Amino acid sequence: MPKPPTFNDVRTSVQDNVIWKSIFRPGSIYRKGYRDTSRDRALAAMNNVLYHLHPVKVKRHGLKLTYTYCLGGLSFFLFVLLTITGIFLMFFYTPAAGAGAELAYLDMREIEASVTFGSLVRNMHRWAAHLMVFTVFLHMARVFYHGAYKPPREFNWVVGVILLLLTLLLSFTGYLLPWDQLALWAVTVGTDMMGFTPVFGDQVQFVLLGGVEIGPSTLLRWYVLHVLFIPFVTVVFLAVHFWRIRKDGGISGPL
Amino acid sequence: MADEVQIDQEVYDRLIGEGKSERIARAKAKAAAVRKSKIAEGASLGPKPAEENTKALEEFRSKAGEGGGVATATKTADAGAEGGRLTPEERAARVSASLGNGGEPASMGVPAESAHTHRLLALVPPAGIQQVQSKQMDKVYTWPHLLLVEFVSLLAVGALLLVMSFFLDAPLGTLANANEVPAINKAPWYFMGLQELLAYFHPMTAGVTMPGVALVLLMAAPYVDKNPSSRPENRKVANMAFTFFMVFWTILVMIGSFFRGPGYEWVWPWVQGLGFQL
Repeated sequence: MPKPPTFNDVRTSVQDNVIWKSIFRPGSIYRKGYRDTSRDRALAAMNNVLYHLHPVKVKRHGLKLTYTYCLGGLSFFLFVLLTITGIFLMFFYTPAAGAGAELAYLDMREIEASVTFGSLVRNMHRWAAHLMVFTVFLHMARVFYHGAYKPPREFNWVVGVILLLLTLLLSFTGYLLPWDQLALWAVTVGTDMMGFTPVFGDQVQFVLLGGVEIGPSTLLRWYVLHVLFIPFVTVVFLAVHFWRIRKDGGISGPL
Repeated sequence: MADEVQIDQEVYDRLIGEGKSERIARAKAKAAAVRKSKIAEGASLGPKPAEENTKALEEFRSKAGEGGGVATATKTADAGAEGGRLTPEERAARVSASLGNGGEPASMGVPAESAHTHRLLALVPPAGIQQVQSKQMDKVYTWPHLLLVEFVSLLAVGALLLVMSFFLDAPLGTLANANEVPAINKAPWYFMGLQELLAYFHPMTAGVTMPGVALVLLMAAPYVDKNPSSRPENRKVANMAFTFFMVFWTILVMIGSFFRGPGYEWVWPWVQGLGFQL
């Protein structure tokens, strides 16, 4: 009777073939022969897609949890989580609210009542959205108190403020989608204020609402803004934000 | 114990006799054995003798005079043999010869018909080399140190959200009805500061001018704050201004969220109940 293969035999046959090697670049930690040496640690960082975000080495003080509190990274993580849960919800949601056929609201009820994990995913989407506004806000405060916006990082601070604004817009456009009383009237309060924009007030409101008051066309408009337009713009600014962090010499400090 | 590589027993014994350690004696004896076998094969070892260098240079000089030749002997010519150094003119001639532009002075740009663009490296003047001056910093490897911290914090927040979503349901009220204004009518919490301002100022001031000015001030902060120091003790004004701004905003959001009830009238949340939904 042949001996059963050992763990090492299996690992070797999995790692030592053309397909595996084509997926993981030389130096990747998933390749055969990774050893915990300085050279292999450097190679591991260089041969990972995360090399877009992180250099091979980072300043030691930045590792301390109480320096960054991971706020920027967590904001990005929440953005990714919101994208994933959002895509899930899109499968079950119709942005239609014609009189007598408010599919948006009916779909929300359906997601809560009969979609598998629907209620859980919707809750996660909601709470993550609130939490993201909060972490982005705290991230800004952290950066301010560390004076991390000082040269050469001035422009990245401006990009960050734009991202804060985009986060608020993402959250606010999503607020209307359930099409319940809370959504309708919270958004009404917000959009009424935009109507007071000097000179173009009425025009701004008309473009944003797709009419003179909130109705089915507003829902469709905000749905597209929420799931496509603002996320797209946000990703562009995120790319610039992350790129500038590296170009400006990594995180700031030590103080 | 049979060694894979032969060692020179004679050298080994001599070194052991001199009191060298076993490890060093073995290594030197091994090297001696390899050297011996190389010499037996007829290969020449060590640096080239000086006369050979000079010969190579002479050969190059005669070729350069003909206006041809390819510079390949940098190492031999620079090796430091007596009289084996190039004069600056000769060096320039050699570079232009390698670029194949027939004795013309070397240009700074890419030569028009040159196939040897890699040779340009030799033409970069010292002033053209970017001097990077950065302080040596205490750094650690991203993998595994930073990625581990990130991964754990990401898992922690993910778990927190999952548990929270399991026990707390997101609100879903009755169907939207444009004809029925709810008693408590509030914006999302992050806009409650603005809505609170709306209770004191004209909508154009509270809803457009003030947030607009705040946003512009926020973006202008790095250009206004010219203080080069990042240390908290050196930037008390900036920190106080920002803290004031944050506290002011937080108080407005708190009041709007928790102390406003039906008709946006003042309420005490512990008396009339919490008129707030996330």
